[in-house]
Amino acid sequence: MSFGFFCREAVRALKRNAVPSFAAMATVLVTVLILGVFIPMVQATTGAANEVRGKVIANVYLESDASQADADRVRRIIETQVPHVGSAQFVSKREALNAQRDAGRGDYYDLLGTNPLPDTFRVSPDEPDNIGLIRDALAPLAPGGGRTVIDPAIDEVRNREEDTAKILSVTRVVKLTMALLAALLVITSLLLIANTIRLSLYARRREVEVMKLVGATDWFIRWPFVLEGVMVGFLGGTLAVLLLGVVKVAVVDPLAADFALIAAPDTMNFPLLIGLLLFASVAVSALGSGLSLRRFLRV
Amino acid sequence: MAATERHVRRSAERPAPPPRAGAIIDFGGVSKRYSSGDVGLEDVSFAIQPGEFVFLVGASGSGKSTTMRLLIKETEPTEGTITVAGRSLEEISRRRVPYYRRNLGVVFQDYKLLPNRTVYENVAYALQVTGGTRREIREKVPDILRLTGLSLKLHSYPDQLSGGEQQRVSVARAFVNHPPLLLADEPTGNLDPETSIGIMQLLYRINRTGTTVVVATHDVTMVDRMRRRVIELAGGRVVRDERTGGYSARDESTQEFGARLWGDVE
Repeated sequence: MSFGFFCREAVRALKRNAVPSFAAMATVLVTVLILGVFIPMVQATTGAANEVRGKVIANVYLESDASQADADRVRRIIETQVPHVGSAQFVSKREALNAQRDAGRGDYYDLLGTNPLPDTFRVSPDEPDNIGLIRDALAPLAPGGGRTVIDPAIDEVRNREEDTAKILSVTRVVKLTMALLAALLVITSLLLIANTIRLSLYARRREVEVMKLVGATDWFIRWPFVLEGVMVGFLGGTLAVLLLGVVKVAVVDPLAADFALIAAPDTMNFPLLIGLLLFASVAVSALGSGLSLRRFLRV
Repeated sequence: MAATERHVRRSAERPAPPPRAGAIIDFGGVSKRYSSGDVGLEDVSFAIQPGEFVFLVGASGSGKSTTMRLLIKETEPTEGTITVAGRSLEEISRRRVPYYRRNLGVVFQDYKLLPNRTVYENVAYALQVTGGTRREIREKVPDILRLTGLSLKLHSYPDQLSGGEQQRVSVARAFVNHPPLLLADEPTGNLDPETSIGIMQLLYRINRTGTTVVVATHDVTMVDRMRRRVIELAGGRVVRDERTGGYSARDESTQEFGARLWGDVE
């Protein structure tokens, strides 16, 4: 009697209230569609921002006469004593010179006769914002201004301050804006769906009242409404996801080959996105119906 | 008038009596004041025995509807106790109210049918609510619809029925569980006299199966014709409680019609 009965009740209600049901479904459809487009966009943007932020590094230049032992000691210091280090890459004099040769500038260095390039550690922070801390740890500010270094083998620590500051502030703004937009969109979707559900329930509050007077328990009344919400959410969600799929295959995938932003590595994969959207639409509709009903159940 | 006042005074002085054994409804010193300051009921006490047919009469605002709403536990009394079938309504928690209501049949002035369901489904709903099996529904619903004379309207929707027919559906729904107590709040309020008689007959027939019936009404002629127990309320107090009362003292004019009605019923 129970589950089948509730399902039949839900289907009956859907059929008998075709227009409000359709409105609710359309609301879910449009919302999911917008979210489905917006979420990957937010992710691609923040992904791109993160990629830029990944380029923030500090260069630790050693004295030109530093020995291998000095280099090892500095590496130990960087790896054990300096906080917030993500990774440290050692670039020896020779490697640096080779890199210059590969860049086609070998002739200039050959003129010098010696290799003027120092051994270097490229230190990436665990978080781009911590770059300053690393620099301060390796080359603390001296009391009289300027900087000292914590090991005599270190000549200088640089982190391309101009670039770093710019990158950090710009990407922070981009990420914040995106997060704000995403939050607003989610709130709007929830309110929109809640409102639609509320309207269609309001039209049926008398029905609920009668059910209560006949002696129906709250859950006996609520289950069909919740199932109705599940059906509406599932239908709207599925249609939206189908549309998204078509757009992805027809428009985005061909473009992705040409535009790095669309192909950004951080974008959620499509099946996961679909699953999340479907789940959210069903859950929101079902919860919305069940909760909105509470007001009318107080008879 | 003097008699009325005396009654009022007496009921005001009397402390809430203990529930009388065997009574299906027992009001003990019940008062209901609304938060707005209006008085719904003021120290009302009466008892109704199983199997009785009782009219609750009074002008608008006399407390009839408040009494009904208290009986279906839609509101709580401010003072006093209400006992139904030996159980104090106070003890019934909010969660248990639906189960309590299943033991009542309730008929309303505005029928309160589910607009999206056919006659058959409306009546069946009362059984589905209590977890009735499909077989039970197939057996009981046509039965009760035959009793209420709706056999030919099974698949009509409420808006395709006349007022009298809708009220019959409402009665059928109220009685399909065979509750020990049937409450009717102005059941003929929206119906013409002719149709009202039909509904009253139906209620009487239900009463004859042993069900206690309480009818709140201001339908003067109907009460006069039926000659059953009458509890009259005025300003929230019981002003009259007669075993076989009329609404007013107009005996002669109702005699012949009464005879016709009784002939119909029995």
